[in-house]
This record gives sequence, C-alpha cells and structure tokens, in this order.
Amino acid sequence: MKIFPKIKLNVDLEIAFTHILTKKKQTLIVSFAAAIGIAAFIFLNSLVLGFNRDSDEALFKSTPHIRIYVDDKISEPLLNDTANNNIAVISNPKIVNENKKLLNPNKILSEIKKIEDVTTATTWLNINVFYNNGSAQVNGSSSGVNINEANEMFDIQSSMVEGNLQNLISTPNGIILGVGIAENLSININDNISVVTPIGIIKVMKVVGLFKTSNSVVDKSKSYMNLSMAQQLMAEGPDYITDIYVNVKDPDKAASYLPMIIERTGYNAEDWKAANKSAEASKKTRGIMMGSISIIILIVAAFTIYNIVNMTVKQKLHDIAILKAQGFAGKSVVKIFISEAMIIGILATIMGLFIGAALVKALSKVYIGGDRGYFPIEFEPKIMILGILIGLLVAFIAGLIPARGAAKIDPVAIFRNL
Amino acid sequence: MQTILRAENISKYFYTPQKFKVLDDISFEIRKSEFVSIIGKSGSGKSTLLYVLSTMDTDYLGNIFIENELVTGSKLDKLAQIRNANIGFVFQFHYLLPEFTCLKNVMIPAMKLNRYSTEEIEESAYQKLKLLGIEDQALKPASKLSGGQQQRVAIARALINVPKIIMCDEPTGNLDSKNSDIVLDIFKQISKDLNQTIVAVTHDIDFANSSDRIIEMQDGRILK
Repeated sequence: MKIFPKIKLNVDLEIAFTHILTKKKQTLIVSFAAAIGIAAFIFLNSLVLGFNRDSDEALFKSTPHIRIYVDDKISEPLLNDTANNNIAVISNPKIVNENKKLLNPNKILSEIKKIEDVTTATTWLNINVFYNNGSAQVNGSSSGVNINEANEMFDIQSSMVEGNLQNLISTPNGIILGVGIAENLSININDNISVVTPIGIIKVMKVVGLFKTSNSVVDKSKSYMNLSMAQQLMAEGPDYITDIYVNVKDPDKAASYLPMIIERTGYNAEDWKAANKSAEASKKTRGIMMGSISIIILIVAAFTIYNIVNMTVKQKLHDIAILKAQGFAGKSVVKIFISEAMIIGILATIMGLFIGAALVKALSKVYIGGDRGYFPIEFEPKIMILGILIGLLVAFIAGLIPARGAAKIDPVAIFRNL
Repeated sequence: MQTILRAENISKYFYTPQKFKVLDDISFEIRKSEFVSIIGKSGSGKSTLLYVLSTMDTDYLGNIFIENELVTGSKLDKLAQIRNANIGFVFQFHYLLPEFTCLKNVMIPAMKLNRYSTEEIEESAYQKLKLLGIEDQALKPASKLSGGQQQRVAIARALINVPKIIMCDEPTGNLDSKNSDIVLDIFKQISKDLNQTIVAVTHDIDFANSSDRIIEMQDGRILK
C-alpha cells in the first residue's frame, strides 16, 4: 500500500461531477427544493424543542423535579389469617385517614442533600387557607417554606412585583400574596389580613410582598409564608412537614433517582413527569404533529432528488451502456448516480441549514407577549446535526433506487435496439 | 500464431416471441493480429455472436476463452474488468459521452483501468488521437464533431488500453462513403502497423474484403 497515494479524482466521481456541472441550473433548483425540506425539518423541530423547554421552565416555577411525600394508605383487611386455612375477612378497603407527616424531616433532608446531582432540596408544607379582609373572603392555598431555598428552586423573586422576599425572613407573620388575591381583597403591601384554616385557627398576617405569575388562577389563590407560621396554622409542632421538594441537575433523568430516594427515606417519591401527565401528553402530541409534518416534507424533498437522478439515468441509457461495455462494473454505475444524488444532497443540506437558521432567527424576534415575551425558539445544535444527517440520508436513499436501476441496465439490449 | 479468442460449441436461444435457436454449436478461433470480418444476412446471428464473444451477453451455452483463459461463468464485475483490460469496442454509433471532451472520452477507459497516472493517460490519449488524425479536435466537446470524426474518437477510445482484441459492430454502418473509407483505412492501418487483433461484424463488402479472414454466417451456423 502506498503511503502517499496520488491525489486524483476517481473516474466514477469525475463522471458524476461532470453530469452535475452540465446542468447547474437544474441542480440548483432541485437542491433548493430539497433544502426547503431540510430547513422545514430543522425549523419545526427547533420550534417544538424550544417551546417544550419553555413550558418545562414554566412548570418548574411551581413543580419540583421530585416530590417526597407520605402516600395514601388503603386499609388492610381486618383478619388475614390464611396461614391456618381460615377465610380472610375483608372490610371494605378505603383510604386510611392517617397523618401525612414525614418523620424526622431534617434527617431525610440531609440524606437527600448527600446524593450527587441533587441541586436543591427543601422542606415544604402546603395548607388550605381562607384570606379575609373584613367581610371579603378568598380561599386558596399557602405554602409554608424556607423562602431562600424555595426561591433557589422556583425563582420566586423573578415573579415579585412588589416587596422583597427577604422581608418574609424578618417578619415572622409575613405573607407574600398573589396579585389576584390582593386585588380581590383590595389590599396592598404592608396591609394586614387575617388567614383562617379549615381547622379554625386564625392568624393576622402582614403582606410583605406581591407576586404575579403567568397563571391568573395561581395569582388568585396562592401565597407563601414562613414554615413555622404554616405549622402554627395547622396546630402542629415545628417538625411537621408533609413534603420535601428536590431538584436535580438533569430534570429528564429525575425518574432514575426515585428508587434510591425511596430506599433512603422510606417514603414515596414522585417525579415531575408522573405528576404532570397531561403536560407530558401534550408535549408528545406536539412532537408527533411536527414530526409527521417534517417527515412528509422530507419525503417530498426525497422525491425531488429521486426524480432528477431518475431522469438523468433515463436520459443517459446510452452512456451507461457504453460505460458498462468499457468495463465499468455495476457498482461503479451505482457510485456515479449515488454521488450525483449526494452532491445535490450536500448542497441542499448546506442551503437547508442556512434557511432553517434564518427561519429560527426570524421567529425568535417575533414578540408574542404574555410572560413568554419573544417566541421561545433558539438555535439547537442537536437538531442542526440531525438535520445534516437526515438530509444526507434522504439524498442517499433517493439516489440509491435509480442508481441500482442504472446498474441493472443490460448494455446489449441498448446497443441492439438501435 | 497465438490464439487470442476461442469459442467452443456456442449455442444460444431466443425465447421471445418463441423459442428459437439463434446460434447453433459454433466453434472457431481468432489468432493474434488477425483482422476478421463476420458477415451474413440480417438474422443470421452474427451480431448475437459478437455480443456473446464480447462477454456482455452471458446467456449462452458453450465456452469462451480469451488467451486460453476461460471467461464463461465469471461474475459480472470480473467480466467488466476483463472487458476493460482486454477488449475495445467500436459500434455503429460512436456512443461518446456528450459532456466530455474528445480527449476525456478517450481517457475514461484507461482511468477506469487505473494502471497509469493521469498525465501518462492523457499523453497516450493524445497519441491515439494523433494516430487517427484528429488531435486538433482533442479539447472540443464530443458532441461538436462530425460523424466521421466522432467515429474516429471512438476508435481511439477502443485503442487506449492496448486491448488484446477490438470488437466492432457495423463500424461503418452509420457513415457516408467518404468517412467509411477513412475508417476502413484506419482499421487496415492499426491491423498492419499495430498488429491489432480485430473482429468486426459488417454488412460492408469493401470492409469485409479488406480483412484477413471472412466468417460467413447463416441461420446461426458458420458457413465457411
């Protein structure tokens, strides 16, 4: 084997290039048509990915990656004496009205924080409350939190419209309300409201901040208060915790930590995907919709390439016959026409990348308002690479079919038919 | 004299429109440097015989040897290699690739053979074109030449790999008498000067009479 082989264009490739160069205009038109397909693939998939990422981010403003909680228990049969061949007596099994308290929450929390990849973990206590101002009453739910940890997890600060999160720490009976509640009760920051729980405990609390999310239902019902205040409203002691919220590095892998967490804590744990099945389902729906549209466009792109290569083969039956007579094997003929398809494919992929990137750029400048602001789309390197691979694969397959047809041409039949 | 091509008991059938024996147990030899014409009426099987000998038609009975080497039954890719290295073709039509220059058309079989550098191939292609008196057309696209010139480029292309044998199917069949004479002179010249072995199927009596030997066919058999 030569170490430095002479650099020369293989004759098969040279023929392919010459065919392409003698019909530049046609090549460009076909490449452009295929490029639109590849651009559409890149654009549509970036759209879905960006939108999904954005809705996940919105979801993570109120949902942890993993939630640890006490699962509902179903009552056991009263008698279960099968060992002695006696009949089990079943007593209409239903949910046991048990305390949802996590035992020794601080120990659990420190165990969880030891797990690698856990970024944040915090104790959480959700309670149902009524907000009262005079005779006006609004019902809703409040979260008793360690506000700094909660902020680290959900970035509450970014949704604050008035007041400061730190005020909650300095004000033990402080409360941060959704703007909807404040509006309905016609109160403002630094006003006092009374908070009542279903078990009848009333506390007067000081409004230290207001927040506004993208969800008006949340704004009309949700509030944050110090954990100790929530515990008092439930008439419970300082270790009364119902939930521990955990965030990990990669939210998509949240489910894989569940067995370890369940084993270490002995409590049930649920990941965000399981907790938000409908969000997952709509994500899948979007994926399937855009996926099928982009596949259909790619098939059309493949047909344009197939069409021109097939036409070239049909026009060049005599050329193929003489090449075969002169000693070009079937595989050489296949190589010639696949190369032509690939040249078109490479051109199409390059153009498709640029067109796709331009579309992404253009859409990212479209303002749609709400809390989204600009359309959530950005350059996705993964999608770009996938677009390149798919573009080349489509060209290869579109070339392979007519190329194999060309290889099977019987030169004798061509020469003798004249 | 050394035998270049040997056919042993070649038979072939056509199946459409009905079964018909087009070649009937043909055996003969072609020796080195021989210029052989195959003549016969239309339907005598002469072209069919040529395409069987050319290794392009593989659907026949019997054996074909090129320089005592059996080629019958070889794989298609191997046959392509054998044609590339050993056989030059001249047809009734030139079959030049229209996008390429005359020079490139001549070079292509040698580039496929891949035994010499591109410069060497180009030099040798120029020589072949010069031999046939059309070196001034070398860089023109093949489609811009006259019919006689195109046929001469095709002959140059058949010569480029120094084949053991050149096979022709009506090489003058599509030319006017003046160009026919030129092409015939070329064949006489390469037969005499280059000792090139040539087998040509022809209707052209002048062409046949100029060859060393005439094989006449009738109804799938050799008459003499």
